[in-house]
Amino acid sequence: MSTTTSQDEQAEARRGAFSGRRVFILAAIGSAVGLGNIWRFPYVAYENGGGAFMLPYLVALLTAGIPFLLVEYALGHRYRGSAPLSFARLSRRTEGLGWWQVGICFMIAVYYAAVIAWALSYTVFSFTQAWGEDPDAFFFGDYLRAGDPGVTLEFVPGVLVPLAVVWVALVAVMALGVSRGVGATSVIFIPVLIVAFAALVVQALTLPGAAQGLDALFAPDWSTLADPAVWAAAYGQIFFSLSIGFGIMITYSSYVHRRTDMSGSALVVGLSNSGFELLTGIGVFAALGFMAQASGVAVGEVATSGIGLAFIAFPTIVNEAPAGAVIGVLFFASLVMAGFTSLVSVLEVVISAVRDKFETSRVRATLVVTIPCALISLIGFSTTSGIYVLDIVDHFINRFGILLVAVVSMVVIAWGVRALPRLRDHLNRDGSVPVRGWWIALVSVVTPLALAFILVRELWAVIEKPYGGYPQWMLVVFGWLAAALVAVAGFAIARVPWRPETSLDVGDRPENDTTARSQP
Amino acid sequence: MSTPAIVMLVVSVLVIWGGLLFALLHLRRADREDAIEQEMHRDL
Repeated sequence: MSTTTSQDEQAEARRGAFSGRRVFILAAIGSAVGLGNIWRFPYVAYENGGGAFMLPYLVALLTAGIPFLLVEYALGHRYRGSAPLSFARLSRRTEGLGWWQVGICFMIAVYYAAVIAWALSYTVFSFTQAWGEDPDAFFFGDYLRAGDPGVTLEFVPGVLVPLAVVWVALVAVMALGVSRGVGATSVIFIPVLIVAFAALVVQALTLPGAAQGLDALFAPDWSTLADPAVWAAAYGQIFFSLSIGFGIMITYSSYVHRRTDMSGSALVVGLSNSGFELLTGIGVFAALGFMAQASGVAVGEVATSGIGLAFIAFPTIVNEAPAGAVIGVLFFASLVMAGFTSLVSVLEVVISAVRDKFETSRVRATLVVTIPCALISLIGFSTTSGIYVLDIVDHFINRFGILLVAVVSMVVIAWGVRALPRLRDHLNRDGSVPVRGWWIALVSVVTPLALAFILVRELWAVIEKPYGGYPQWMLVVFGWLAAALVAVAGFAIARVPWRPETSLDVGDRPENDTTARSQP
Repeated sequence: MSTPAIVMLVVSVLVIWGGLLFALLHLRRADREDAIEQEMHRDL
C-alpha cells in the first residue's frame, strides 16, 4: 500500500503542483475572472431588473455556483488528475466526459486568444485614441476589415501581429509549468488587475453623469423577479462566469496539496468572482452614465455588452472623458489581464490531459497542444471573416458545449455513478465549511434542473430564429458541427487505453477515506 | 441617484464584499486552528 502511495506521490510530483493554497486560490480567481465579468455582468444585471437582479444572482451563486464549484474541486482533488483522468478514476465509463471538456477548452482557446489580441491592440490605441471620431467604423472597418459574413483567407496584419504575440506569451507561460507558469501568472496579474480596475472605477466615478449610470444599474425593478427569464439569466451569469463545467477547476484542484481546505477555498473563489463583477458593474455603468450625459440620451440607449461595450462604447467614452487615455489603458489592460489568466487556465485543461494520457514531458505536451491551437487561431481569426466565425463558435460552444456537458456530467456524477457521498466525505476531510445533505440536494436536483432549463431555452431560441442572421451553412459548420465534433472526438479519445504506469485506482483507496485530520 | 438605487448598491456591496471578507477571515482562522492542532499532535 505504501509503495503504491509513494508511486502516486512521485507521479504527482512529475505532474507539477501549486506551491500553496494561496497560489491555487489566485489561479482559480484568475480563471473565473475573465472577459465575461467585465463586459457581460453589468449589462445582464441592468437588463434583468437592475438592483433587484442581485437577489436571483446571489441565490444562483449559493445554490448552484458554489455547490458546482465544490463538485469540481472534490473531483480533481480526490482523484488527482486532469479532467479525463479524474473522470476515469471516478468510473471507467465516464472518462469521455473529461475529454469532451478538453475538446471544448481547445476550441475556446483558439478564438479566445483573438479577443485578447484585440484588447492588446486597443491598449496601445488608447494612448493616441487611434480609433478617431467613429469607433464603430474603425473597429469593423479599419481594424478588423470585416466584410460580409463568410470565410476568407485574407489576413489582417493589425490582428495577426498581436495575436502572434499573445500565442508566444502563452507558449512561454505554459511551458514554464504549473508553479512557475500558471501559478506565477495569476500571482502577478490578479493583484495588478484588481488595482487597475479599482483605479478605473475611481476615475469613472468622478465623471459627470456617473450617478445616473449607477442609478440605471442599481434602481430595482422588483416586478422582474416573477419572470423565469430573469432567474435563468442569473443562473446563466453565475455558471458562465465561474469557469465551472469545463474541467478547469478539476485540473487546478488536482495540483493542490492533499490536505487542503477545499470548501473554504471554494467560498473565497466564488465570492471573489462576484466581488469583481460588482466592481466592474460600478465602473462600467459610471462610465456609461457619463457617455449618456455627454450624448444627451438616456443610459438605456448607450448600455450594451460584449464587443459593443468594449470596442465601441469604451473608445467613445475615452474620446469624451477628461484623462480619457488613462481610462482606455486601464480598461483594455484589464481586459488583457483578465482574459490572459482565463486563457491560461483553459489551455492547462488540454495540456494536463495530454500529459496524463500520454505520460509526456511538460514542454512536449505544451508544444503538442499550443502549436496546432496557435496555427488554427492565427489562420482562422486574423482574417477579414474572423469575427463572424468567432461569434458563431462562441455562441454554440458555450451553450451546446459547456452547458450541455455540465448538465450531463452533473447527472452522471449524481445519479449515474452516485459519487456525491464520496465527494462530500472528501470535502469534509479537511474542509472548514461543513458540506452536508443540502449540498447533495442542490447538486443532484437544483443545479441540473436550473442548467437544463437554460439549455432548453437556448435550444428553443436558436431553433426559432437562426442565430445572428448568419448564413445557414455557417451556423451548421461553425456552430452545430463544431459543438458535436468536440463531443464525438472526446468519447473517441476516451477509447485510447491509458499507459500501464498510470494508475486508475487513485482516490478510492481506504487511506483516502480517513476522516481523521491527524490522529494523536 | 435615487434612494432605492443607493440602498441596493449599499446592500450589494455589504453582502458580496462583506461575504468575501468573512470567507477570507474564516479561512485564516481555520488555518490557525489547524496549525495549533498539528502542533499539539507533534508534542504528544
